[in-house]
Amino acid sequence: MSQSQDCALLSICDLKKFYDQPGGGKLTILDVPEFQIARGEQVVLRGESGSGKTTLLHVISGIVPADSGSIRLEGVELMQFSEAKRDRIRAAKMGYVFQTFNLLPAFTALENVRLGMSFARGELDIERAKDLLNRVGLHDRMHYLPGQLSVGQQQRVAVARALVNRPILLLADEPTANVDPANQERMIELIAKQCQEESVALLLVTHSDAVASRFSRVEQLSEINRALRTASV
Amino acid sequence: MNLLSIALRNLRYRKLASFLTALSMALGVALVVLVLTISGVIEKSLEKTSNVGYNLIVGAKGSPLQLVFNTVFFLSQPVENVPYAYYMEYLPADGRQKEYQRIGGELKEPERSGLYSFLMQGGFAIPLCMGDYVDEFRCVATTPDYFGLLKHGDLNDQDYRFSQGRNFVDYSEDYGFFEAVVGSQVADRLGLKPGSQIFASHGAESGQAHGQGFVVVGILEPTGSPNDRGAFVNIEGFYLLEGHVAPERDEESGLEKRGTAQGPQRQGVLSKVRLPVEKREVTAILLKPNGFAAMSMEKQINKTKFAQAVSPIGQIEGLLGVFVRPLRWAFLGLTSLVVIVSAISILVSIYNSMNDRKKDIAVMRALGASRDHITAIILLESLLIALAGGLVGWLVGHALGPLSNAWTMPTTGVKIDWFAVQSRWELWIVPGLVFLGTMAGAIPAMAAYRTPVARNL
Repeated sequence: MSQSQDCALLSICDLKKFYDQPGGGKLTILDVPEFQIARGEQVVLRGESGSGKTTLLHVISGIVPADSGSIRLEGVELMQFSEAKRDRIRAAKMGYVFQTFNLLPAFTALENVRLGMSFARGELDIERAKDLLNRVGLHDRMHYLPGQLSVGQQQRVAVARALVNRPILLLADEPTANVDPANQERMIELIAKQCQEESVALLLVTHSDAVASRFSRVEQLSEINRALRTASV
Repeated sequence: MNLLSIALRNLRYRKLASFLTALSMALGVALVVLVLTISGVIEKSLEKTSNVGYNLIVGAKGSPLQLVFNTVFFLSQPVENVPYAYYMEYLPADGRQKEYQRIGGELKEPERSGLYSFLMQGGFAIPLCMGDYVDEFRCVATTPDYFGLLKHGDLNDQDYRFSQGRNFVDYSEDYGFFEAVVGSQVADRLGLKPGSQIFASHGAESGQAHGQGFVVVGILEPTGSPNDRGAFVNIEGFYLLEGHVAPERDEESGLEKRGTAQGPQRQGVLSKVRLPVEKREVTAILLKPNGFAAMSMEKQINKTKFAQAVSPIGQIEGLLGVFVRPLRWAFLGLTSLVVIVSAISILVSIYNSMNDRKKDIAVMRALGASRDHITAIILLESLLIALAGGLVGWLVGHALGPLSNAWTMPTTGVKIDWFAVQSRWELWIVPGLVFLGTMAGAIPAMAAYRTPVARNL
């Protein structure tokens, strides 16, 4: 283990993920020899559709188990843990912003944010949820259902929800894919600013050059993921 | 937000489906509660009333159950009568002599002890004549001992008390033999007060009313027993009414001898002339024998040709065992099926919603919810519907009970109180609902547990 791996917030080594193919055999989706993010660092992974961006975030967050390799968060190997333990780590240490926002329609904006707190073993701090909604400019929309909010407002709720548990890593999966260019810029600014204020590392995946251009560290998934260069095993 | 509030919010979001499934559960539980309440009331009424303070009812040969129903519950028709002299076989020598001197007439060996008197020491025998009506209520002709020696209440330890007036007496200077006491419901229904006059109609509700009335001298406090709906008249006055004279019967055939059913010429209300003993019959005799003599006495009496002795408790227990309890189980089985169908509708409702909720479940999982969290939320939804529906059903079931008092009380004498648990089986409703709710939620919860997160995000 190198010293840089020790210092990194997130460290990936020889990570592999396969999917079973209908006709037999396995399709390699991810083959990442090495990838790291430092504390508070903001990184964009740029890749085309189908390049494994979402799968990589799922594997890092523990939603989907990797088949081999190593994922370390703050030096702790996540692959050794059971699914339930990975769920708890995800709830406590990671935030997730989805491409389609994925707000729960039955819950108000405030409840959607508080929902993020429900599954982490921490204090259900309603003031924290309100503060975040204030900071994303939704102080007057807290009790609106998602269906009563605009697309941009929904995405801001999603950002607040992802940050509510004071995560150390925010995973953002094409967070601007469904918003217009004006909102896209505001959204990226919001995510970057909030992550900076909260000292949260950001791993944002996108296919958009415009989005990628706003960050200092941009990685091409095609360079990180060797599976994109090989077909199957 | 805790898991309960998440489950509640989900239910509120699908409020129509949640409401309808909870409603079906409410109907099912209300039916179960009603069946339990009704069967409990019937059972309680029968058991309470069978605890009458006497051990045996003696009457003419016939249906034992009919004798009990007629004598205790004032239902059904009376069986045949037995001679008054037979009643006197339960009295000791001095009692027989006193009775003979009081009544007069022809009686063989009035100085001897009654045949069964040795079994009656310390007990009592009370004669009843029945068959007449006062309006829709049974007219019960008896002696003042009926309210003097008998008691009532669940433990059969309460004396009969009068909300107005007093017990009737054998002979009063004011009304002669024609005094009466009425039950609380009779007084309410007919607007009777002390001083009111009641007229018994002969043989049936619609029968010919006797010309001689009885003056009400007392109104019973409510007892919650069939006595609340009885009109009790002095047996001495009853015998003096037209048609109440026992005819002479042929000893061989038992057939009535023509023209013999005539009493003494009445001399007015205050006349002290009584119907002689040989002209008297009784419909039933209430017996409280000495100690454990009831069983042997019952056997002895039942060996005779024309009389039978029945134990009200035994008959009613038999009725409960053969008819009431099996019927209750049958109804409970049917209503439980309704509850089970309601539980299945909960299952179907939640299961059908799973397709729409796969994404929500995946999002919650991505936010850190474990499979156990998701399972718990779905189970809670099912439990909440089952319990909320069950609670409403329980309340409705218990509300319908007291509302039906107006109809059930006059018949059963049992008042259904709000939220009074009539059957211990009712205590199983909550655990039953928890079980059913869990079962109904188990399949959808399993589906939720298995929801693939990545595919649904």
